[in-house]
Amino acid sequence: MSAPSNMRVFVPCDALSIALGADEVADRLVAEAASRSLDVTVVRNGSHGLFWLEPMVEVEVDGVRHAYGPIDADDVPELLDAGLLEAGPHRTSLGPTHSIPELERQTRLTFARVGVIDPRSLDDYLAHGGFDGLRRALTMAPGDVVGEIETSGLRGRGGAAFPTGIKWRTVLGAPATPKYVVANADEGDSGTFADRMVMEGDPFCLIEAMAIAAHAVGASHGVIYCRSEYPHAIATLEYCIDVAPQHGWLGSGIAGSGLDFDIEVRVGAGAYICGEETSMLESIEGKRGMVRPKPPLPALEGLYGKPTVVNNIITLASVPWILANGGAAYSAHGVGRSSGTLPVQLAGNIRRGGLVEVPFGITVRELIEGYGGGTASGRPARAVQIGGPLGAYFHDGQLDTVLDYEAIAAAGGLLGHGGVVVFDDTIDMAAQARFAMEFCAAESCGKCTPCRIGSTRGVELIDKIVIGERRSADVAQLEELCDVLEHGSLCALGGLTPYPVRSAMQHFPEDFGLGDRNSDQNFEQKVGESN
Amino acid sequence: MIRDRTLSKRRQPERPSLPADQASIVSAVLAANQLDPTRLLVVLQQVQHELGFVPNDAVGQIAVGLGLSRAEVHGVISFYHDIRTEPAGRHVLKVCQAESCQATGGRALTQHIQDVVGCELGDTSADGAITLEAVYCLGLCAASPAVMIDERPIARVTVARIDRVVESARSAS
Ligand SMILES: Cc1cc2nc3c(=O)[nH]c(=O)nc-3n(C[C@H](O)[C@H](O)[C@H](O)COP(=O)(O)O)c2cc1C
Ligand code: SF4
Ligand code: FES
Repeated sequence: MSAPSNMRVFVPCDALSIALGADEVADRLVAEAASRSLDVTVVRNGSHGLFWLEPMVEVEVDGVRHAYGPIDADDVPELLDAGLLEAGPHRTSLGPTHSIPELERQTRLTFARVGVIDPRSLDDYLAHGGFDGLRRALTMAPGDVVGEIETSGLRGRGGAAFPTGIKWRTVLGAPATPKYVVANADEGDSGTFADRMVMEGDPFCLIEAMAIAAHAVGASHGVIYCRSEYPHAIATLEYCIDVAPQHGWLGSGIAGSGLDFDIEVRVGAGAYICGEETSMLESIEGKRGMVRPKPPLPALEGLYGKPTVVNNIITLASVPWILANGGAAYSAHGVGRSSGTLPVQLAGNIRRGGLVEVPFGITVRELIEGYGGGTASGRPARAVQIGGPLGAYFHDGQLDTVLDYEAIAAAGGLLGHGGVVVFDDTIDMAAQARFAMEFCAAESCGKCTPCRIGSTRGVELIDKIVIGERRSADVAQLEELCDVLEHGSLCALGGLTPYPVRSAMQHFPEDFGLGDRNSDQNFEQKVGESN
Repeated sequence: MIRDRTLSKRRQPERPSLPADQASIVSAVLAANQLDPTRLLVVLQQVQHELGFVPNDAVGQIAVGLGLSRAEVHGVISFYHDIRTEPAGRHVLKVCQAESCQATGGRALTQHIQDVVGCELGDTSADGAITLEAVYCLGLCAASPAVMIDERPIARVTVARIDRVVESARSAS
């Protein structure tokens, strides 16, 4: 049998895959293939998001991709000896990629291409349905494109879960010009990386989405504001916004239509608050990222005072699928007012960390046990923070809560950007509450006194509660401070910091020296008893 | 040119203005950004990219170039954690301090890193090799804890791994 020719072997270029050694694996594959005179092309794809298996190597044989992982660079010679190019068996064999259980069970709409294609290849993008959504949108009147988004029930994935269709309708109806589309890639929440994976794994999807938004609302300029912590995403985006106009997918007369639209990448500078949309607009305008009061809505007076769509990367990345397949097909997934799918990010102390795109309606337990496989340490999971640093801590008894915006809110939390961070039983929840206050103090834009100064006071109060000299008075003061933060803050940084603080104290009072949790007694009673 | 005493007196009391080579780099950056004041943050990022930091003595030139007040330029510099007004060490090691990394031993790892590097987060080691910085999430949380050295991400960091990283950063120039 002759050696296989023109084989494609895939090694992800995703930042986390690289952080786990993917570049070394790719280099070694290229070198080994050369020394064995094998006809192999190493393709750098995005990651499928199964990070416990990264770096994952895939080989395409007769149109089917077979996966191996995790692979160390030193495994490469042995892997080739085992017959990688014929998908031969090896101790790291995972079988056909699409039938890896944690991948097969997902519903990949937004992430359909991520991990599959070479993110920098326009041809690959087009071969996998790329620009189908834009092509269809360009045959429709702007109001009908917005109508399709309304039908889909899509809500903002950046945190506030605001209906995207309503936002776009407002911008469409605004008379002032020029209008802007701003893609929020600040992704500051701990435990989240879905935006990064799209930018690194399917960047043309974001470009397509922004062009669809531009057509829908009448915008002429786009900005992607990407955090500086994502150098790989920035490089990929810059490459792609350079390539797209050369093929008529950006610039003037997009895809032969009358749509003129360009995109610029702006890089953040390490300020969490710049993920808040008005702070971000200030930052793009070159100023300090001070939060603006609302109204005016950014939809009416946004960037440079002009009508502006601001959307999260995942919100946007959902749009091409919706336009290509129809809003109704999207809303066929999900439950209640949480329509479609959510790319959940499993993080923290978890065995199988990664990205899981599932329809709304699954339980938190199914996510962290079914998909995540429990803790990485093997110890019991004690707390789960959902929705980033401003999200509540859940305890074990709450894990059957269903993943949907309203159900998570009813359980006292928020879904945010879909990050799920698991902690095992070694965690000190008073330290976590303290950190929430510290983070608020460090990242406050400084406009509101409770957020700027109260948060530092919060740190002191938590320390005092733990020391316990006048515990009930300190708890009462902390409660009061949380009320002030909740009601006296211009934005959700100050307004939601009480969520992690209160939930930690309510569900894990023993860590604050407040006696054991007892679910049928309310917290004030417990506080009273412990003093 | 009016010198800003409060900010420059600490480190460079004698320096009257930016050295000519640095000044010409700043001029080039300003020109590349069309002297557009809405591009102030971009200008600062590019100056830092070229010079390694934004010297206090560049503030006047940037302010004049963009038609802003010095206070406005200072305001933006001080707002953003990324913008540094002093040179960093030869390597910058960002150590994630956020929740997912806390859940996987990040606090102990941070302590270890401070011990082996010999300085606190926010400072530079005495030999000038490594600046330590706190960072709040690198988006690598599916394999926490994580750090980034220069622009190289490293995940599922162990003590042994970080010791090797620190060692090679020290020996490399
Ligand atoms: C403190 C703070 C930080 C935020 N960070 C982000 C972020 O990193 N990414 C994001 O998309 N939205 C973030 N948001 C939400 C944005 O303000 C805004 O709601 C969102 O970008 C709108 O897009 P969407 O409707 O598509 O979600 C943040 C909000 C607050 C208050
Ligand atoms: S709550 Fe905090 S971050 Fe938000 S506007 Fe007020 S001071 Fe700024
Ligand atoms: S919390 Fe450390 S990488 Fe995200």
